[in-house]
Amino acid sequence: MNKLGLWMSAGLAALVLAASAQAQQPLKIGFGMSLTGPLAGNGKAALISMQIWAEDVNAKGGLLGRKVELVYYDDQTNPSTVPSIYTKLLDVDKVDLVVSGYGTNVIAPAMPIMMQRNMTFMSLFGLNVNSKFNYDRYFQIMPAGPDPAIGWTQGFFDTAMTLNPKPQTVALVGADAEYPALALEGARAQAKRTGLKVVYDKSYPPNTVDFSPIVRAIQATNPDLVFLASYPPDSAGMVRAVNEVGLKTRMFGGGLVGPQFAALKTQLGPLLNGVVNYEAYAPEVSAKYPFLEQFLAKYQGRAVKEGVDPLGFYLPPYAYAMMQVLEQAIKATGGLDQGKLADYMHTYEFDTFVGKVRFAKNGEWSIPRMLTVQYHGISGNDLEQWMKPGKVTVLAPSDYKTGTAMTPYQDNKK
Amino acid sequence: MEFPTALLLNAIIAGLLLGGFYAAVSVGISISFGMLDVVNIAHPAFIILGSYVAYIVNDRMGLDPIAVSIVLSPLFFALGMLLYRIYYLCFEKRGQESLRGLAFFFGILFITEVVLLLVFGVDYRLVETAYSSVTLRLGVVDFPLRLVVPFVVSVTMVVGVQLFLARTFFGRAVLAVAQDQLALRLMGINPVRVKEFAFALSIATAGVAGAFLIVIQPVQPAIGREYIGLVFAVCVLGGMGSIWGTLLGAFVLGLAESFTSTFFGPSWAPAVSFGTLLAALAFKPSGLLGR
Repeated sequence: MNKLGLWMSAGLAALVLAASAQAQQPLKIGFGMSLTGPLAGNGKAALISMQIWAEDVNAKGGLLGRKVELVYYDDQTNPSTVPSIYTKLLDVDKVDLVVSGYGTNVIAPAMPIMMQRNMTFMSLFGLNVNSKFNYDRYFQIMPAGPDPAIGWTQGFFDTAMTLNPKPQTVALVGADAEYPALALEGARAQAKRTGLKVVYDKSYPPNTVDFSPIVRAIQATNPDLVFLASYPPDSAGMVRAVNEVGLKTRMFGGGLVGPQFAALKTQLGPLLNGVVNYEAYAPEVSAKYPFLEQFLAKYQGRAVKEGVDPLGFYLPPYAYAMMQVLEQAIKATGGLDQGKLADYMHTYEFDTFVGKVRFAKNGEWSIPRMLTVQYHGISGNDLEQWMKPGKVTVLAPSDYKTGTAMTPYQDNKK
Repeated sequence: MEFPTALLLNAIIAGLLLGGFYAAVSVGISISFGMLDVVNIAHPAFIILGSYVAYIVNDRMGLDPIAVSIVLSPLFFALGMLLYRIYYLCFEKRGQESLRGLAFFFGILFITEVVLLLVFGVDYRLVETAYSSVTLRLGVVDFPLRLVVPFVVSVTMVVGVQLFLARTFFGRAVLAVAQDQLALRLMGINPVRVKEFAFALSIATAGVAGAFLIVIQPVQPAIGREYIGLVFAVCVLGGMGSIWGTLLGAFVLGLAESFTSTFFGPSWAPAVSFGTLLAALAFKPSGLLGR
């Protein structure tokens, strides 16, 4: 063979090798996640779910013939780390797709970068982040509905207005932070819609040690309803304070982050009796969540080993579902074109472990599906009682309802 | 602005109970910073360490966390001695205590936090004691035992520290080392040993305060940082080097926080607390009971 022929065959061989190497290159999905800091319990739970998803997908041959690889960094639940994490993911790690970390506080700082780079951005449990950005490639897996602050608080207030006689007054309280502020905005709008008089509307610093002065000040206004938006440490503090002071009101709760996961369910135990709160899943309505029980069994085994929320009723199903949505969109569009993915996700309905998912124009769910529940009959601090039906009454939405609210709050603390 | 009696009385009691707890977390800083001029910014980390120690023993053996922490305080004392030894040999002896010593303690703060994170994970921990959910009611005033028990033990501890410093020989040596190290040396006492002992005492109080913390609220490794501002504020407000001052300063801040939360809006509580500090220092720069 002459020299030209040799060079050409060498070149061809190199090309073939390069092409196959390209096909072998893993499909990288990048994100920041709270692995330390106040929301780390949830962040780690979400990470486990996403890892289970990646393993499931790779076991079936990967995505677009490529192995899926998760590239992630700890955002420490600190919003200021987020821009640099996502810049690194896109510029240095050259990831093919990005998703968000957990929580309003760490999703918002990533938005400007996503908008600059025209990335499709699937996000995990942020309340109403897109209301200020109006980004057309933003998606949210939390089922709060097209108007999240309203959807978030709808269940509590709708249930309240079914009480007889109708309540007249409401006290609003929450921590000075992004999520509670947004939730309380929604609550104020609900109060206006239902004609309730707001008799207390104050917030507290998140690191408050003793909540009893706050609860006493609320009690002094004699509200028919008390709506609380809080994060885990202050959820625990307020629930304790409410029990110690002996708060008398017809319905208490609404937007407490914390009681959805095992740590607070077991630590607070019977103190949660009578509290009305939101949940993402309850064993009472497991029939509405196809295949979820299989996933939960897999998740719970790993979670116990890694010392993370062993129940997995809050973030894990949705973290898995958001990856399922992306998986189906990538398969359907046959590639990673961000624009095509966004268009597909806006148009079609997805089958996931948490049921059918459809997105509205602003990227939120087209129909709200956050459960409003009331805890009851809890005794002791063990976890097993929460894993089976019986401790939770689902009050809303109407097609998930399993019972009516027990009122007043102080009579239900048994 | 009306102050209904029941609400007022409860606000005062809540403020005092909170102040008692603040005194416990701050008395160690009063010794190390107020008397020994050691800027132990890692003090809250030892409080959190104390919380976790109390948590493990309560979790495994069901023993009362506060009792456990008192029994285990010699361990924290020993840790304090070791820490001061290192600090002295590496920094104070060479006159580099101000910046490098501070960096050293910052390092200790972060290392302790990360080690706790690796060992215990990130979830919040809480303990259940026999008195966690009990509230005594005297007339219109509530006394939640969750706050009363730490208050009683805390005030006893602070008063105990003060009596030790004022009445015993070694205690007086500690006060002396704060005033004039050379004079102390001329009297045949090694000031380094005295400071080591005093620093160890401050860490021991941190360990006990940690047990109070976990009885009162859930704990996770990173919350120590929220207390840095508070402990130094209480120490400075009370007057550097005065234990009675620390107690008084803690009560003042506890009452300010409680009153603001009850009558004006909890958002204002930190502003009022630190505003009180600034106002007090404006009128008496050496602190309420400072010399």
